[in-house]
Amino acid sequence: MKEDKTLLKKHGMSDTNTLLTITITVFVLMYVFAMVFLKGAFLKPQTFCNLLNENAALIILACGMSLVMITGGIDISVGYLTALVCMSCAVHLDYGGGSVPTAMLLALGIGVAFGVVQGFLVAYLEIQPFIITLAGMFFAKGMTTIVNNTQFNVAHEGFQALKATRIYLPVGSVNRLGNYVPAYVEIGVIVALVVVAVLFVVLRWTRLGRSFYAVGGNNQSANMLGINVKRNKFYAHLLCSILASIGGFVYFLHVGSGSPSHASGYEMNAIASSIIGGTLLTGGVGNIAGTFFGVLSLGTIKNIVSSLGLDEAWWTNITVAFMICLFLIIQSVVLMRKNKKKV
Amino acid sequence: MSTETKTPVRKESRSIGEMLKGLVRQQMFIPVAALLALVLFNLIADPSFFAIKLGTNSAGDPVLTGYLITILDNASELVILAIGMTLVTAASGGQDISVGATIAIAGSVMLRVLCGANASSTMQAPIWVAFLICCVVSMLFGAFNGVLVAYLKIQPMVATLILFTAGRSIAAWINNNQLPIISDPVFSYAGTFIPGCPVPTPIFIAIACVAVIFLVLKFTNLGLYTQAVGINAQSSRLNGINPEKIKFLAYVILGLCVAVAGYIKVSRFSTINYSVVAKDIEMDAILAVALGGNALGGGKFNMAASILGAYVIQFLTTTLFKFNVNSSALPAYKAVVVIILVVMSAPAVKAKLGSLHKKNGSAKPAKEAA
Amino acid sequence: MQEGAVLELRGISKFFPGVKALQNVDFTLRAGEVHALMGENGAGKSTLIKCLTGVYPKDEGEIYMAGHDKAVNIRSPQDAQNIGISTVYQEITLCPNLTVAENMYIGRTKGSVTHWKQMNRGAEKILSELGIPAAPGQQLSSCSIAVQQMVAIARAVDMDCKVLILDEPTSSLDESEVAKLFNLMRDLKARGVGIIFVTHFLDQVYEISDRITVLRDGQLVGEYVIEDMPRVQLVSKMLGKELGDISGIKEQSDASVDMGSVPVLEAEQLASTAGIKPFDFSIHKGEVNGFTGLLGSGRSECVRAIFGADRTVGGTIKMNGKPVKIRKPLDAMKNGIGYLPEDRKLDGIVGDLSVRDNIILALQVMKGFFKPFSRAQAEAFADEYIKLLEIKTASSDTPINSLSGGNQQKCIVARWLLTNPVYLILDEPTRGIDVGTKTEIQKLVLQLAGEGKSVTFISSETDEMLNTCSRLIVMRDRKVVGELKGADLNQDMIMATIAGGEAQ
Repeated sequence: MKEDKTLLKKHGMSDTNTLLTITITVFVLMYVFAMVFLKGAFLKPQTFCNLLNENAALIILACGMSLVMITGGIDISVGYLTALVCMSCAVHLDYGGGSVPTAMLLALGIGVAFGVVQGFLVAYLEIQPFIITLAGMFFAKGMTTIVNNTQFNVAHEGFQALKATRIYLPVGSVNRLGNYVPAYVEIGVIVALVVVAVLFVVLRWTRLGRSFYAVGGNNQSANMLGINVKRNKFYAHLLCSILASIGGFVYFLHVGSGSPSHASGYEMNAIASSIIGGTLLTGGVGNIAGTFFGVLSLGTIKNIVSSLGLDEAWWTNITVAFMICLFLIIQSVVLMRKNKKKV
Repeated sequence: MSTETKTPVRKESRSIGEMLKGLVRQQMFIPVAALLALVLFNLIADPSFFAIKLGTNSAGDPVLTGYLITILDNASELVILAIGMTLVTAASGGQDISVGATIAIAGSVMLRVLCGANASSTMQAPIWVAFLICCVVSMLFGAFNGVLVAYLKIQPMVATLILFTAGRSIAAWINNNQLPIISDPVFSYAGTFIPGCPVPTPIFIAIACVAVIFLVLKFTNLGLYTQAVGINAQSSRLNGINPEKIKFLAYVILGLCVAVAGYIKVSRFSTINYSVVAKDIEMDAILAVALGGNALGGGKFNMAASILGAYVIQFLTTTLFKFNVNSSALPAYKAVVVIILVVMSAPAVKAKLGSLHKKNGSAKPAKEAA
Repeated sequence: MQEGAVLELRGISKFFPGVKALQNVDFTLRAGEVHALMGENGAGKSTLIKCLTGVYPKDEGEIYMAGHDKAVNIRSPQDAQNIGISTVYQEITLCPNLTVAENMYIGRTKGSVTHWKQMNRGAEKILSELGIPAAPGQQLSSCSIAVQQMVAIARAVDMDCKVLILDEPTSSLDESEVAKLFNLMRDLKARGVGIIFVTHFLDQVYEISDRITVLRDGQLVGEYVIEDMPRVQLVSKMLGKELGDISGIKEQSDASVDMGSVPVLEAEQLASTAGIKPFDFSIHKGEVNGFTGLLGSGRSECVRAIFGADRTVGGTIKMNGKPVKIRKPLDAMKNGIGYLPEDRKLDGIVGDLSVRDNIILALQVMKGFFKPFSRAQAEAFADEYIKLLEIKTASSDTPINSLSGGNQQKCIVARWLLTNPVYLILDEPTRGIDVGTKTEIQKLVLQLAGEGKSVTFISSETDEMLNTCSRLIVMRDRKVVGELKGADLNQDMIMATIAGGEAQ
C-alpha cells in the first residue's frame, strides 16, 4: 500500500491533468494581471459576466469539439452549422410563423441530422473525419445562403422576451452616477454551464466517457478490450453536432438575427479553445474543464488587447495566434520533458 | 453437360470481377472517374461547354476563351498548392491549413516591395526582386510551421492554426491596411495574358511547377525519404534519414508553392484584398490531396493523382458556375459531390461492393445449372 | 462436443486476398489444460486466434463452447469476452492514456457509471497478488513494456473466463516475470480454465503445456500429448522436414580471430541519454560477440549508443585505431556499421513501402539525397538479396508489411548486408520468427564472421548466443558486469554472472 503511494507520486499526474493545470494557471494569472495592471473594467464583476455572455455559444461548441477530439477525430463543420441554425430559426420565427419551442426543435433537428450523417460516414464507413466535416461545413455554408441570403433581425415577440431575460447575480459594482448595478448573465450562460457540468461528469464517471478516452488513446486496443469503437465514434460526432446546434441557438439568442456570416471562424476558435484547454488533436487526452477555461482565456486575451488601445482588428488575431503558439510550445515542452523522464 | 457450361461462366465472371477490383484499387481511379463523370455530364447537358474560341481582349491581343480554358487557368493556384500540400501530408501526416492566409502575406509582401511605403501605383522595384523577396518571406513562414511540426512535434493542423488565425492580419499590417494598386500592365502578365500569346499565363506557370516537381522527384530521393518518414519516422532515423529535416523541408517547399500561387493571385487583380484573397483555398488544396486517394494520415503519396484532383475540383466549380449556381450557395453542391466521391472511395464501401459482385458471380452459374 | 472439452473449433477457414491463411483447421481445448499452439511464422496461429476472438470474421467453420448447445457466433472481441474467452495479445492492446486500473476493467463492466474507488481497490488487490509493480491510478504509458504486458495478463485472468488465450505473452517478460506467469497459469488450470498458449520458446512449451497442436501453412498437422513428443520431432513437425542441423552449428566456426590486432571498433567509457553506465567495448575482425543480461539490463541501449541511435553523452569510439565521431546513425553507417534494431515493427521496417525500397533504403541514404538509384539498379539489388536470403515475397514491389515476420526480418538483414558493413549489430534478430529462419540467421552470422566481418549478436535465448558468439558481455542494471569467453561460455556461468558473480 505504502509502496503504491510512492509509486504514484513518482509517476506524477496523467497527461490530461498536467495540461489542465497549465491552462487554469495561465488563465488565472492572465486575469489577475489584467485586474492589477489594467484595472478599469476588469475590476467590475460585469466584465467577467460579459466574458461569459459573449462566449456562451463558443463554450458549448468547444465542448462538443473536445469530445470529438478526445476520440481522435475533428469536426470543422460546427461554425457554419451555427450560422445555419441561426438563419433557419430566424426565418422560421419571422416568416414561418413558428414559436420559440418549435424553433428550438428545429435547431435540434438540424444538429441531429448533421450528427447522424457525419457520424455514420466517419464511424461506419471509416472516412477521415476532416474530409467529411469539411464537406459538412461546405454544405452548411451553402444551405445558409439558400435559406436566406441576407442578414436580418428577428422581430418575433416571444423570442425578444427570451433574449432580453437577464439573471442578476448577488455581486455588482457602482456606476459613474453612484448607483449600484448588479451583474447579470444571459440565459445562454446557464445553458453553457449546465453543458460543461454534465459533460464533465459524463467524461469522468460514465462508461461512455471513459470509452471516448480509450478510443482516442488507441482505437485498435480499445476494440480488443471489448469497446465498440465505431459506435463510440458515432456518438461523439452525434453529440458534437447536437451541441453545435444548441450552441447555435444560444448564439442566436445572443445576437437575435440570422446572417450567412454569423459565427464565421467559430470552428477554428473552438479548436483553439480546446487546444488551449489541453485537449490533444491526437486524441485520448483532454478535459472539459480545460476547454471551458480555454474559451475564457481566449476571450480574456481579446479583452486585454482591446483595452490596451490596440483597436485594429489585426492585433486581436495576431495576439490570439501568438497565444495559441505559446500554449502549444508550453504543452509540447512539458509533455516532452515528462516523457523523457519516464525513460 | 451442366458441369461443362458452368466452368467457363464462372471463370469469366471472376476475371471481370477481378479486373474491376484491380481498377478500383488503383489510386488514380477516383480522380479519373470523377473527371470522366464530369465530362460526361457536361457533354449530355450542354456540349458547347467544351467549345474554345479565339477572340481578342480589350487591348486587341488574341486570347482563347471557353470553359476548358477557364478551368485550366483558374486551377493553376490550386495545382501549385496541391504539390506542396501532398508533400506536407505525406511527410508529416497532417495538413497545412494556413496556405490561404500565407498567400495573403505573400501577395502583400510583393505589393509592399513593388509599391514602396507610400503605396504609389508605379513600380518602385523590378518584379523579379519583389518575387524573390516574396519567396523568401513565404519560405520563412513555411519554415515557422515546419519548426513547430518537425522539431516541437505539434500536430500540423494545430501548428498551422496559428498562421491561419494571424496570417491575414499580418498581411494587412505589412501594407498598413492600405490596398495598393499597380497600374503597370507588365505586372498583370503573370495572372492574365502575355500580349501575343492567347493562352493564359497561369497555365504555363502551373505546368512549369508540375514539371519541376516531377524532375525533383525523379532526380532526388525526396519521394523515397518523404514516404519513409511519413510511414515510420523512427525507422527512417535509424537508416540515416533525418526525419525532422525532411518534414521541415516539406513545409519550406509548400512555402515556395505559396509564394508562386500568391504572385499569380495578386497579378490577376493587380491588387489585393486581404480578407478574401485565396479564401478557403486551403480546404480545396487538402481536398485535392484526398481526392487523389492519398492517405491524409501520411505515408505513401501519388503526386500525379493530387494534381489531377486539383483540376477535378476546379472542373466541378466551373461546371456549377456554368449552370448558374449562386456563388454563395456553391459550397452546398460541392459538398454533396465531395461526399459522393469519398463515400465511393471508402474502403468499407469498396469491400461491400466487392462482396456483392462476388455473390452475383457465384449466384449466376447456380441459376444456370438449375 | 468431446467429453471434457470447453472449446471446439471445427473446419475453420480464413482467406485473405491471394492467401489461404487457414484451411479447414480443427482444434479442441479441454478444461484444465494448457494447450500449446505451435507453428512457424505464417502458419496461421495468430489468424486462428483472431478468428476465435472475433477480430477477423471467419470464412468457414464452426465454434462450439461448453454450455452452448449450438455453435457460437463470435463477431467482435466483445462477443468473445461475453461468452468467456479472454485474450492477451502479442502486441500490447491496452490504451496508453488511461490508468492501469481502467485498462483492467474497461469494456467489461456492467452499468454505465464508472466507480473509481471500487475499481482502484479491485485493481490494487490483483496487482499486489500478482506482484506487478504498478499503481492502479498510474497512467499506463508511464509503465515499462513488461509491466504493461503483465497488466494485460492481469486483466485477462481477472475476467471470469473459461478460455484464456495467451498469444506470445512472454516475449517482453524477463525470467522472474515468466515464472510468475507460469504460477498463475497453474492456478487457473487447477480451477478448470482451458489455456491456449502460443509461444516460440520451446523451453516454455515443455515446462507448462499438456498438449500441443501444430499448424503449418494454414493447415492442421496434428494434436499431440506432450510426453509423446520429443523436441526434435516437434520442430521437424513445425518445419515439415527432418533436420539435423539445429544444434552444433558452432562447430563450423573457426577460432581464427586475432585478438591481438587493432580492434575494428573500440569504445571507451561510452554513455548515452538512455541511461546506461559508461562502458568499454571492443570487437575484432571476424569476431562474433554478444551482449547478454536480463530484459532491461541495458544490452540494447549499449549497441544503440555505439550506432548513435541514442545521443551519446560521453566517451570515445575508435575504428581501426582512429577516433571517429558518431553523433547520429548516418555517421555510424558511413563508418561501415550496420544495425538491425530490436523492435522490428517500430524501428525496422517501413511498413507501406515495397520490399525493394526497404532493402535499398540504407544504401540509398548513404549514397545521398541527390543521387537516387535507377529503377533497374534498385530492382537488381532487391532481386539479388531476395534470392540470396530466400525471402518469400510475391515480388519486390509487394509492401513489406504483407510479409510474415521472418521474411520482414530477412529484408532488414538484406538492407544492411547491401551496405557491405565492416561491423554489423544484430539486436534480437530472431525474436518472434520461426525456428527455420532462426537457424538460417545464426548460420548467416557465422558465415559473415568467416568472411571477415565483425558481428555483435544479441538474443534473449541464451542457446542462440552460445551457438554463435565467441565472447559474451554480461550486463546487469544498465552496467557491464562481466565478460565471458572460452571455457567460461556456458549456461551456468552466464546465469551466475547475471545473478551477481559470487552466487553459486
